[in-house]
Order: sequence, then C-alpha cells, then structure tokens
Amino acid sequence: MNRPVHNTSISRAFFALLRRDLLLAFRRRTELLLPVMFLLVVVSLFPLGIGPEPALLGRIAPGVLWIAALLATVISLESLFRSDFEDGTLEQYVISGHPLTVIVLAKILAHWLVAGLPLVLMSPLLAIWMNLPRPSMGVMVASLALATPILSFIGAIGAGLTVSLRRGGQLLSLLVFPLYVPVLIVATGGIMAAADGLPYGAFLGLLTAGLIASLTLAPFATAAALKISLS
Amino acid sequence: MNTRTGKNAFVLFIHKLGSPPWFYQFAGKLIPWFWALFIVLTLGGLYLGLFDSPADYQQGESVRIMYIHVPAAWMSMLIYGAMAVMGFVALVWRIRMMEILAMSSAPIGAAFTLAALISGSLWGRPTWGTYWVWDARLTSELVLLFLFIGVMALYHAFDEPRKAARAACLLALVGLINLPIIHFSVKWWNTLHQGSSISATGSTIHPSMLWPLLIMAVATKFFYAANVLTRARVVLLEQDVRKAWVQDAIDKKTTPFQKEDSDS
Repeated sequence: MNRPVHNTSISRAFFALLRRDLLLAFRRRTELLLPVMFLLVVVSLFPLGIGPEPALLGRIAPGVLWIAALLATVISLESLFRSDFEDGTLEQYVISGHPLTVIVLAKILAHWLVAGLPLVLMSPLLAIWMNLPRPSMGVMVASLALATPILSFIGAIGAGLTVSLRRGGQLLSLLVFPLYVPVLIVATGGIMAAADGLPYGAFLGLLTAGLIASLTLAPFATAAALKISLS
Repeated sequence: MNTRTGKNAFVLFIHKLGSPPWFYQFAGKLIPWFWALFIVLTLGGLYLGLFDSPADYQQGESVRIMYIHVPAAWMSMLIYGAMAVMGFVALVWRIRMMEILAMSSAPIGAAFTLAALISGSLWGRPTWGTYWVWDARLTSELVLLFLFIGVMALYHAFDEPRKAARAACLLALVGLINLPIIHFSVKWWNTLHQGSSISATGSTIHPSMLWPLLIMAVATKFFYAANVLTRARVVLLEQDVRKAWVQDAIDKKTTPFQKEDSDS
C-alpha cells in the first residue's frame, strides 16, 4: 500500500474544517439560538428571583452576566466533539496526517464563533437589563470578548477528555468549572473596578495573557485528550 | 546479578518497581515501617504541640489547630504536585505503576485538602470571627478540592482502567496551574489569611512552635507514603486478580519471589 499523500496544506485544511463546522452549525439555525436563549432566560431569572431593585441588580450585574456566560459556554461545549466522535469523523481527523492541534484549533474557533460571539454581542442588552453601571459597560464587553475564547479553549480540553463517556456532559461541567474560576475572578474584578472608577487595565491585561496562553497551549492538551479518548 | 555497579543496581531497582508482583512485595515490606514512623512522629508532634508549646499571646489556645491545619494544607499541595508529576511520567512513558500510584494519590490529597479546609474553618471562627471568607487563599484551596474530585470523578467514569488513568493524569496536569495560585495568593492579593512565615531560608516562628509543626509535617508525609502504597497494592490485586502472581499471593499467603522451601 502506498503511503497516503495529502495534497492539502495545513492552512487549507484549517479553513476547510472551519467552513465545515460553520456550515453544519448554520444548517441548524434553531440550535444556534439555544445558547442565546439560555443566556436570556438565566439572566432574566435574577431580577425575577432577587427583586427588581436597580441598585442591587447593578451591584451583582458583573457576576450574574459572567456566570450566565460560563453556564451557556459549558452547555454548548458538549456538542464540540460529540457528533464527530459518534459518526467516526474524529478518528478520521486523527489519522488524517494533519496536525491534530491545528484541527482542534479550527473546531474551537468555529465553536467560539457560534457559541461565544453571540454572548459578547448580546451582553449590552443584558447589561441594560441588569442595570450595569454605565462606566463599566465597555470593560464588560471587552472582558467577554477576551475571555469567552479562553472558556472555549479550556472547555475544549474537558470536552476532549469526556467525549467518549456516555454521561460526559455532567462530568464536563465538574471538570472545567474549577479551571474557569480564575477567569471569572479576573473578569468580574475588572468590571467592578471600572464601575468604581478605578483602573482596570491590569485585569484586561491578565485576560489577554490568559487568552494567549490558552490559545497556544490548550490545543496541545485537547489533542492529547482526544487521542486518549479515542484509544 | 550481584556484580552490577552501584548506578546500574539503582537503575535496575527502579525498573523492578514497575513490575506489579515485585512492587507488591517491596511495598508490603515498607508499609509497616511507614505506619510506625507516622504514629511515633504524630504522637511526639502532638504532645509537643498540644502540651509543651506555648499558647499564642493573641489567639490563646486555639493556635494549636495550626499543628493540624498547616501540615494538612502543605500535604494537599504536595500531593497534587506529586500526582501531576507521576501523571506526567505515566503519560509520557506509559508506565502502569505510575498511573496506579497517581490515581491512588488523588483520594489522599482530597482528604488532606478537606482536612485543611475544615480545620482552617474551625480555626477561623475564634480568630477571625467567621467560619469562612472568600479570600484568595481559601478560595484557591477550595478550587484545589474541586480539582481533586474532578480527577477522581474522571478516573471512575471510564470502564478501562489504563485509559481512565491516562485521561485523569492529563486533567491533573492541566489543573497544575492552580498550585502556584494557592501558594502565592497571600502575596498577590490582600487577604485575611496569614502571609507566609516559613520559607526555605528561615522562619519567623519561635522554635517552641516551629518544632512541633515540622514534626507533624514529616509525620503526614509518612502517612501519605503508607497510605498510597497500601492503596496501590489493593488496586494491583483488584486489577490483576486473574494473574498467577495474585493467586499465589492469596493461596500460599506468601509473597512472590520468596525462596523456595523444601516442602513447597
């Protein structure tokens, strides 16, 4: 048997995979709306449950928005590798000859565009619902824009580890939440600092550092996790 | 075999530890010594700590919780680090004994973390006025407990033990980032928890309190050693139950590789 010759370059494979995942996601438009709807519902539960007093809502707004973003991300993570695992596409990716880290990067980017970016775009509306103080609005959107990719990257590691399990979804949330805690603390700390008029640059800097670290390191861990799951 | 040089003998010894029956036998010889050392050191340390050392001028007698709380907290971080290192070795070199030792360490580390959290909480009530506060050190120690539980949960979610161990070891490595966060949390953030008074270069604690603390710290290490070796032996028996060496160990009630008797 001849060795298979792959005549696609790595960047071609990357964009082809990105296009495939986005195409698949957009074929199920209703499923695209699920994280968005979940976010809307969860955030609206807080004023209903705690009471609509504006000052109180404004004080808890950064935490509520961020916790809702975390929950929405974790829910959407289960579908990152699951369908590809079940129909064998994931195995094809592993043996394709292309670096698995690049493949994983394409999938995570597609996941963030579909599940993370809507959170960022919806956040101003939710901030108005929760009466977030005006000075911190920009920082809130920036923190979500910087850190939702971190959530996708770290979550992908958990998704890779649990993809072969029957009840992997519940375990996935248990695994990734401890890893999300530093991101949550830094992001909400920055928003609350901006609300008080204090400097917030350090918080955004830390989030950027976290983004770069997870962007460069998480694909390797995810690829290793996938290889373990498929073994 | 006996004519090997010192270095080769050491390397051979390390290799032999990777063999389940040899590890089972060797660990079985070490465990009683470790338990004995743990008991002696604990009794000595607790006597010194509870009776012989002075009460704190501010905290009074409640400072004596320190002799449990601080060693437990140190062990929680040490065991996580050890689990991560063993996990790394297991992942890179595919050594089964390392997988088993790493997974056996997780429950012990979780227990020490829980002990540190509970003893710290009990200590906080008389000294800070509250059982719990969400400052950096306590929060990151709680996150450490969740990480341990996550590793254990992932390990038990798989059917195949070696695959389970590899997945859990990878998770342990990913969570290693939390360890520097815990350690430096009192330096990086304004926290209610006390800053570090012991470092590699010296300590600000008076010797009458430092000695019991260090003795208890060493005692917990022997506890961990005895406990992890016992758990590893049990796991080996469970996993290899169909293999000949386990049947020999059970039937003859002797350890493998014993010299043959004239009547066996």
